[in-house]
Amino acid sequence: MKSPVPIAPAAQSSVAEQKRGFAILDSERWLGPLLIGPAVIYIFLLVGVPFFMALYYSVSNTTTGGGTMGFVGLRNFTAVIGTPKFQTALKNTIVFGLISQAVILVLSNALALALQHEFPGRRLIRFLILLPWVAPISIGTIAWLWIFDSTYSVLNWMLRLAGLIHGQGYMWLGLPHLAMGSVIAVHVWRQLPLATVILLAGHSSIPQDIHDAAAVDGAGFWRHFFQITLPLILPISLVALLFGLIFTFTDMVIIYNLTRGGPFDTTQVLASLAFYTGIAGGDLAEGAAIALFLFPLLLAVALGFLIIAHRSEVT
Amino acid sequence: MATVETREIRKFFGDIAAVNGINLLTRDGEFLVLLGPSGCGKSTLLRMIAGFEKPTDGELLIGGTVVNDLPPRARKIAMVFQSYALYPHMTVFKNIAFPLKAQRMSKALIPQKVDWAASLFGIGHLLARKPRELSGGERQRVALARALVREPSVFLLDEPLSNLDAQLRASARDELQQFQRRIGTTTIYVTHDQVEAMGLGDRIVVMKAGTVRQIGTPQEIYAEPADTFVAGFVGSPPMNMVRHRDYTLGFRPENFHPKILNGNTKVVGFRFSVTRVEYLGADRLIYGTLIGDFSDQKVIARLPATVTVKIEPATSYDFTVPESELKFFDTATELRIAPRPV
Repeated sequence: MKSPVPIAPAAQSSVAEQKRGFAILDSERWLGPLLIGPAVIYIFLLVGVPFFMALYYSVSNTTTGGGTMGFVGLRNFTAVIGTPKFQTALKNTIVFGLISQAVILVLSNALALALQHEFPGRRLIRFLILLPWVAPISIGTIAWLWIFDSTYSVLNWMLRLAGLIHGQGYMWLGLPHLAMGSVIAVHVWRQLPLATVILLAGHSSIPQDIHDAAAVDGAGFWRHFFQITLPLILPISLVALLFGLIFTFTDMVIIYNLTRGGPFDTTQVLASLAFYTGIAGGDLAEGAAIALFLFPLLLAVALGFLIIAHRSEVT
Repeated sequence: MATVETREIRKFFGDIAAVNGINLLTRDGEFLVLLGPSGCGKSTLLRMIAGFEKPTDGELLIGGTVVNDLPPRARKIAMVFQSYALYPHMTVFKNIAFPLKAQRMSKALIPQKVDWAASLFGIGHLLARKPRELSGGERQRVALARALVREPSVFLLDEPLSNLDAQLRASARDELQQFQRRIGTTTIYVTHDQVEAMGLGDRIVVMKAGTVRQIGTPQEIYAEPADTFVAGFVGSPPMNMVRHRDYTLGFRPENFHPKILNGNTKVVGFRFSVTRVEYLGADRLIYGTLIGDFSDQKVIARLPATVTVKIEPATSYDFTVPESELKFFDTATELRIAPRPV
């Protein structure tokens, strides 16, 4: 046996130092908290603190002017619930959310089904479909603002060209139902890419053998879709729907840019009403109360969906 | 009941020919095995018969009618997949009932048919379970029951045993054959496992690179291989191939024995230098090279355990092969040729 080669003292000490440096990184007790720490701090400062502030604001009498921060109990809630402005906004939020999500689910399913198949230019189409999601939303909405413009509307021009309307054309954002329809259309345009991508992932997770088995077992298109494909992508569809609903209930960019809640508050939703009341109107407390109104409901919806998604296991 | 026929059938993926001109005709009620290494086109051929792939060229007939343009569901076939492809969100009952519902069978009849199919495979007690609650063997039976339940005219099986462990595979093979004999439905079975092919098939179709190299009974394939590929692919260890003059000489390891064992028959002798002896229980495998006329070509001998002749590594022995067991192949074309004096 040979004796081990002696190590020079300098080299030995540097090895020891290195060891100490690695010791922290090697220890699970320290490495874990070290790595997750920044994320926790980030979430606490940017999500946690504002959320709890909003909770407190909603039961206080604070305004943007500052000053008082007195506790007033549920007065903000009781005061706002009775107002027609709030009730319209609540109704609009539900209409806006449900209709847009229903349309998105149907369209994204159709798109995902179509994009499953190989065809020339599939990559280009997939890329184009993703565009509304990656484009800055404000810019996209402003483009839509021009499309819906009362005088220069491209939409009216096209309809006129197609011989479907004559004369002046529609005031897309100026009439209550048309305005709501337009806002929903833009919202669908905006959210469709994400839902499609989620469902595409869901579709590709179904093994080809299952589809082949259904084909050889005699299933036609509808039976195949409703009895095989749909149940298998149900969990991931629910995730898409959950994201979509929460996003819809909390977002106001499209409404802010297109209609500012008008005409006559017919497109006002809770998120935009909270903004106009709390920030533009200065009544921070009432704004917070409006913004938080849907929170318990959304929480329940989210929990329900997650439970269903968890139950309908797919293997 | 029906026959399956392919006429000059071809399938190209881009420039690559996965199946290149195959002519095949099953007999009624036959168990036909497609055997070949992976990538030989056997699965593509099966998928064309099922209707999942459209042939680039050629005709496909089931029961005498051209079915090239028929979708899978109109072909009266049933298929068992390697993955079993059970519907994961349905119970076993619903899985088996699915083809019946798709056929619009009356609701009253469906439970009877499902019970009948389930009892054939002994899975009656599993009907309420979901596929994920079943073992591999049980899943395989459910897949078979689902395929059988609507009494198809042709069964297609794509490596249905390859996901089972070795022990289960042997018993499943046995059951599968008995079941096929009983119902007598024409069956096409794809596998890369020659033991399965030999054990199950009435006839075996050996494929390579999209073409058929030989069709025959297991005995024919084994004893009279049509070319060097078949000779080398079937049998374990494979047939010994020895270059000699302008041809290739083939002989099975079990026919390559020490001289003293081949007594009265006409034999051809070889000088065999042993490098390694492998003891396998029932057999001994003896690895080495030929010396003399066939210099330095590797061969294997297989001696049953009943032969107790002492064989040692690093020693040379006189070995012989009965003349009748020598197969001759053309070196250039690899095809079988008539016997000639060695």
